[in-house]
Amino acid sequence: MDKLKQFTQSSLMLPLCALAVLLLFNAIFVDDFFTISMMENGNLYGRPIDILYRASSLIILALGMTFVIATGGIDISVGAVVAISAATCCLMLGGDISGVPEHPFIVAIIAALCAGIISGIWNGTLVAKFKIQAMVATLILMTSGRGIAQLLTDGQIITVYYTPFSYIGGNIPGVMVPTAMIIAFLMVCLVVFLDRKTSLGLMIQSVGINPTASRYAGVKVTAVLFAVYIFSGFCAGTAGLIEGSLIRAADANNAGLNMEMDAILAVTLGGTLMVGGRYYIGGTIIGAITIQTLTTTMYAVGVSSDRLPAIKAIVILLIITIQSERFKELYRNWRLKKSKEAANA
Amino acid sequence: MASNESDLILEMKNIDMFFPGVKALKDVTFNLKKGEIHSLMGENGAGKSTLVKVLTGVYQKTNGSIRFDGEIIEPKSPKESQEMGISTVYQEVNLCSNLTVAENIFIGREPRGKFNQIDWQTMNKNAKQLLHDELGIDIDVTKVLDFYPVAMQQMIAIARAIDTKCKILILDEPTSSLSDRETERLFQIMRNLKNMGISIIFISHFLEQIYTICDRVTILRDGTYVGAYDLKELPRIQLISKMMGKEIKEDEIEAVVDKSVPEKENFIETDNVTVPGKVKDLTMNIKKGEVVGFGGLLGSGRTEIAEMLFGITEKTQGTIKVDGVEVSVKSPMDQMKNRLAFCPEDRKLAGIIGDLSVRENIILAMQAKDGMFKHMPRHKQNELADYYIDLLRIKVSDREQLIKNLSGGNQQKVIIARWLATEPNLLILDEPTRGIDVGTKTEIEGLAVRLAKEKRMSVVFISGEMGEMVRTCSRILIIRDHEKITELNGDEISTAHIMQAIAGDYHGQA
Repeated sequence: MDKLKQFTQSSLMLPLCALAVLLLFNAIFVDDFFTISMMENGNLYGRPIDILYRASSLIILALGMTFVIATGGIDISVGAVVAISAATCCLMLGGDISGVPEHPFIVAIIAALCAGIISGIWNGTLVAKFKIQAMVATLILMTSGRGIAQLLTDGQIITVYYTPFSYIGGNIPGVMVPTAMIIAFLMVCLVVFLDRKTSLGLMIQSVGINPTASRYAGVKVTAVLFAVYIFSGFCAGTAGLIEGSLIRAADANNAGLNMEMDAILAVTLGGTLMVGGRYYIGGTIIGAITIQTLTTTMYAVGVSSDRLPAIKAIVILLIITIQSERFKELYRNWRLKKSKEAANA
Repeated sequence: MASNESDLILEMKNIDMFFPGVKALKDVTFNLKKGEIHSLMGENGAGKSTLVKVLTGVYQKTNGSIRFDGEIIEPKSPKESQEMGISTVYQEVNLCSNLTVAENIFIGREPRGKFNQIDWQTMNKNAKQLLHDELGIDIDVTKVLDFYPVAMQQMIAIARAIDTKCKILILDEPTSSLSDRETERLFQIMRNLKNMGISIIFISHFLEQIYTICDRVTILRDGTYVGAYDLKELPRIQLISKMMGKEIKEDEIEAVVDKSVPEKENFIETDNVTVPGKVKDLTMNIKKGEVVGFGGLLGSGRTEIAEMLFGITEKTQGTIKVDGVEVSVKSPMDQMKNRLAFCPEDRKLAGIIGDLSVRENIILAMQAKDGMFKHMPRHKQNELADYYIDLLRIKVSDREQLIKNLSGGNQQKVIIARWLATEPNLLILDEPTRGIDVGTKTEIEGLAVRLAKEKRMSVVFISGEMGEMVRTCSRILIIRDHEKITELNGDEISTAHIMQAIAGDYHGQA
């Protein structure tokens, strides 16, 4: 009973419930929603796998975003950084039709990740060193990022014919699980490690709640801010590899488009407040999965893609409203009233 | 205590106030006469603020009646009560720091011109006039509020309150950020208001001030009404024992605690240190096992010296030596590694991390010092937190309670615990007892001396309350205009000498 109470009061309660309701809807209205089967080539296939697979990039971005938001900041450049990273990787591999890469694959991967990290350093410098408001600072890269990606690719969409590149967005031959899911899982492990086994989490939260007091307590506020933006850049770089590999091309205009907003949404759905402070890694992951589940569900029940955003907005509005403090207060008062009436009767 | 019904401006009868699960006020009575200064006293959490908030309409009472100026009232919001003539100046100045002084005074009721535009000239003129006539202050009212020190902001808040033609003025801990001299000025203003027939409710932790300025006192304890007394007929010791609900002997409070005996060696020395605009040419030393006070008026540079020592501001000239070795100080971390610790003056802004738990607040400095990858395992964190909660007798429901939900005194203890956990050799306490109840205050004073005596720790004790400095410090540096002007040692230390020294009439025996 105590355990149950602990759970109902925990921060994960609402995000989990929202996801559960969505899944329940699917279980009832979509045939074979939970069926996972194996395809001829040995890869797993089914809607749950599909959701996790497609949510991978978003989960990765949202993990980085969680730390940024916890410090009281925001990083709206991640979508553009995804494009930069994808462009870098494709550029390094080259568009040779024979499938021979210009540079070794590993070099291309490292270059893409470095592009993400450099973007993070840029954001971190503006926010931590020059004390520019995070929204404004990252807006610069958000708008210029796609331009940079275009410059890298000379305005062309580079299509990569090098086969191993497609493994990142697809499956490595002989592995049942999509690679993107494995990458996302590893990133989650990394974040959980940072959160549990280092004091980074404590520092991030304390900077997010009260930067002045943190400084007085010896926390290197600038370094912490720097670190979260670099990490967010790294996450965007990783997601860029996946997004690029999915279409095997560097599309500067569309890679990672609007993903920053979905990442922010995932973080908020997970219960982390935009003002900073306490963050919830588990909540963020669930939030990201919820967003993807919603999209998949809509397609499954046959909502056309042009109506999708509207329906998505309505569902998300509902979830956000239920999570709001005001709504919780109204609910508590209603419960109180009910119990009083019951006592009177 | 025979009072005619007619000279009561305010009668609060049988007030009950429930919060979900807690009864904050139980059957509280409060009567206020016309033109009196009435103190509301009680330890932290006794219900003083709650009672005031019921009166000003921030909270709605559960039971009881309020009669104001002959009529029963039910204030629903602070605005409503203000319109009736009940004005409040809160402990934390709640003005807009980026508006001008005049704008702050007239916000919401700006004088209007022909086209309903704000008449800035009249507004500035009226503001200047008001501050001059009522409070005797002459300042530039077109400067933004932030430009002025907290003490001045407090005066401006009072000016705003009086200008709304109030009948009752509530001052909630107005003096906790004021120096003695500024407090005296405030008292003069309060006396003027009293002569004008305004009744004042004065909430303060300072006994001396209560006895100086107030006529009567109402005492609350644990949300219940203890009684209302004429202060002339109530000895101090009685007042305290009524607040605490236990008998105390006179010497327990007034006793000079056995002071620390400094060792010969210096722990820290500064030589001609200057921080532009903050510290001027400071040469001083702090010995091991010594409690040193920084005495001076508010804004004299006491805090700035502490901040310089801890590396929050950087010096441009001079040298700092720790344990005889010259050190370079660029950030608090540098000094933490040299085993310094600093409990800042502004607990809320620079001390607590409100939304973190007591445990996390305690381990924070130590964890920052150890670096990111030397993470303390959770069970060790728990042990450490419990140890300090026990040692300093911090009142918490458990170690995971959020620090923002603790009373001021307990928050202060947590901040002290945070620094003790780093095992410092020098602990700087900047106004550690501000806004804290008498019991906790004595505890913290005692702790400062005990750390110096038993752990041979050096302690810097900064306080605007002279009595407190006299009780705890074995040496006091007198600071004026960002400069050390003299030092008082051992037997020289007394309130009178400190005042004379600040005034420049006493230069010490040395």
